[in-house]
Amino acid sequence: MAPLLEIRAARRDFATPEGGKICALDGVDLDVDANEFVTLLGPSGCGKTTLLRAISGFEMLDSGTIRLGGTDLTGLPPFRRPVNTVFQSYALFGHMTVARNVGYALEVAGVAKAQREAEVAETLEKVGLGGMGARKPGQLSGGQRQRVALARAIIAKPRLLLLDEPLSALDRNLRQQMQIELKSLQHRLGIAFIFVTHDQEEALTMSDRIVVMRAGGIQQIGTPRDIYRHPRNRFVAEFIGETNLFSVTVDRVEGGTALTRTAEGVQVLLPADGRKTGERLTAILRPADFTIAAQGILGTVARAVYLGPDLHLSVTPDCGGPDISVIVRDGLGVGEGTRLHLAHDPARVHVLEGG
Amino acid sequence: MALRRQSVILGALLAPVTLFLGVFFVLPLLIIAVFSFLTPGLYGGVEWAFYHWNYGRIFGWADGIIELYEPIYLRILLRSLTFAALTVIVTLILCYPVAFWVSRLPDRWRLAFLFLITLPFFSSLIVRLYAWLLILKPTGLFNSVLLKLGLIGQPLEILYTPTAVVLGMVYVMIPFMFLPLYASVDNLDRAQVEASLDLGANRVQTFVKVVVPQTLPGILGGAVIVFIPSVGNFIVPDVLGGAKGLMVGNLVEQQFLSSRNWPFGSALSMIIMAVVLTVLLIAVARARKGSGNA
Repeated sequence: MAPLLEIRAARRDFATPEGGKICALDGVDLDVDANEFVTLLGPSGCGKTTLLRAISGFEMLDSGTIRLGGTDLTGLPPFRRPVNTVFQSYALFGHMTVARNVGYALEVAGVAKAQREAEVAETLEKVGLGGMGARKPGQLSGGQRQRVALARAIIAKPRLLLLDEPLSALDRNLRQQMQIELKSLQHRLGIAFIFVTHDQEEALTMSDRIVVMRAGGIQQIGTPRDIYRHPRNRFVAEFIGETNLFSVTVDRVEGGTALTRTAEGVQVLLPADGRKTGERLTAILRPADFTIAAQGILGTVARAVYLGPDLHLSVTPDCGGPDISVIVRDGLGVGEGTRLHLAHDPARVHVLEGG
Repeated sequence: MALRRQSVILGALLAPVTLFLGVFFVLPLLIIAVFSFLTPGLYGGVEWAFYHWNYGRIFGWADGIIELYEPIYLRILLRSLTFAALTVIVTLILCYPVAFWVSRLPDRWRLAFLFLITLPFFSSLIVRLYAWLLILKPTGLFNSVLLKLGLIGQPLEILYTPTAVVLGMVYVMIPFMFLPLYASVDNLDRAQVEASLDLGANRVQTFVKVVVPQTLPGILGGAVIVFIPSVGNFIVPDVLGGAKGLMVGNLVEQQFLSSRNWPFGSALSMIIMAVVLTVLLIAVARARKGSGNA
């Protein structure tokens, strides 16, 4: 089956005030399947919002095509695209009631009042705002406004819903709750979601697939587990979660394990996988991949941050090099100044070719 | 204790303006209100005896002996309202698109434009109106250009017509319409416009359902600020109007200066004020309803 959304070679340049040119989209290819939750993730200025706006029709592409369900959207104005958006600022109509906000898409499409009211009530119920229809947006809390924006965008049953950092204004608890609700809502509605965020935790929590973007290009597309465990390059590794990167050279291979060392002498063990002595690699280890053991990398705890269930340590290796970030479950008796050995399972190491 | 001191300071700060407005605004207004029910003196001034014919002359209960009912007064009042309404409509139509254009200019050009809009205030209104007189007269700039271009065979009679008065008032009132309108257009939430388009509303629907309601405070503000001085305006009709362009403001001026019938002039003034207040109350009520509690 053909994907719902097909983006091919999408390109968009912006002129800078200094007369230069910024490439916001640098030949982006992306497919999104029906009923898929895809997140565009990247730092600000990476082109994720431009890509979203190109799909909704607020940015025109310099070249490339966007097809939805086989129909070419390129060149269509926003109001002719079967796509709806939840805006970052919510963009609720302040002069209308919640009910009229939610029913807006039906109102402008000429749906009869009785049917409109029934659908508005049903949609408000769906987002947990039943009975709030008569209020004005100004009388709602941030979380409630968020739900109105969501209800307004889904009422016309778009085939694709675009969400532009919709949770960024909410506090942490509410954000986590909304992440779960959004995901389950997406399942129930059977609509594909494209969700833009710069918050990697949010992306990992909700997505079927994550698209990591940087400087107008796609760095990697994959499931959250893929992206986290097998980043394709240093940028992805460093952007998604906390990472320890070691530029290492293979010392020797012993049985199934390759012993490698950084320039400073920090020793990292990897699966042998036919590595040769002298080969240069980048080894990636997540903080939770380390354990405190009787032997391994010797170092001193420079900083210990108590996180409740976990203890987050910065360990300065004795032989030098950057501090190693470590999360341990049972950090009893470990504090700043503690001397310890860090060990890791070679199988947990993700390897990038080249130093 | 702290609250008490705060209110003392507040009172001290408000006292000068209260005193000023009390002496120079409320008191004269009361005098006008009282005068409008007094008997006109033979050689100007007033006699302290109750007299309702001032209003009777205007609204039609004059007895035909002491005072005559002249329907012309109501007609002139109606004309003033029409001219003022026309001025509001024309300035609104002229300023609305310009406000959008200016709000999208780069900062530097926007400031320059806002300065240009206020530029007319740097010269005398009378001088500027006489310039219009020179432009509109049969041998003036406007007619000579049209004649040269062959668009008309003989000069158009614009000067001393209602058209000239509305034209003049539009000219005078443009900054008053533009500034509040610009403020609200500049505050327009672009995201809401995008949301409307995104939800399937075309550009016309978006304009009617989102842009106009969002900028309604500016529209109403501009309309009120233009309408009120336009109703009572007497300078523009004086210079450009002639007999057919006479407005109620001229009437008041005449009663106080040439006819020296102060009570009648006062009655006319009170009517202007009543009309203006009504318009203002409607506008405020409308604005309240429009903005809701948001």
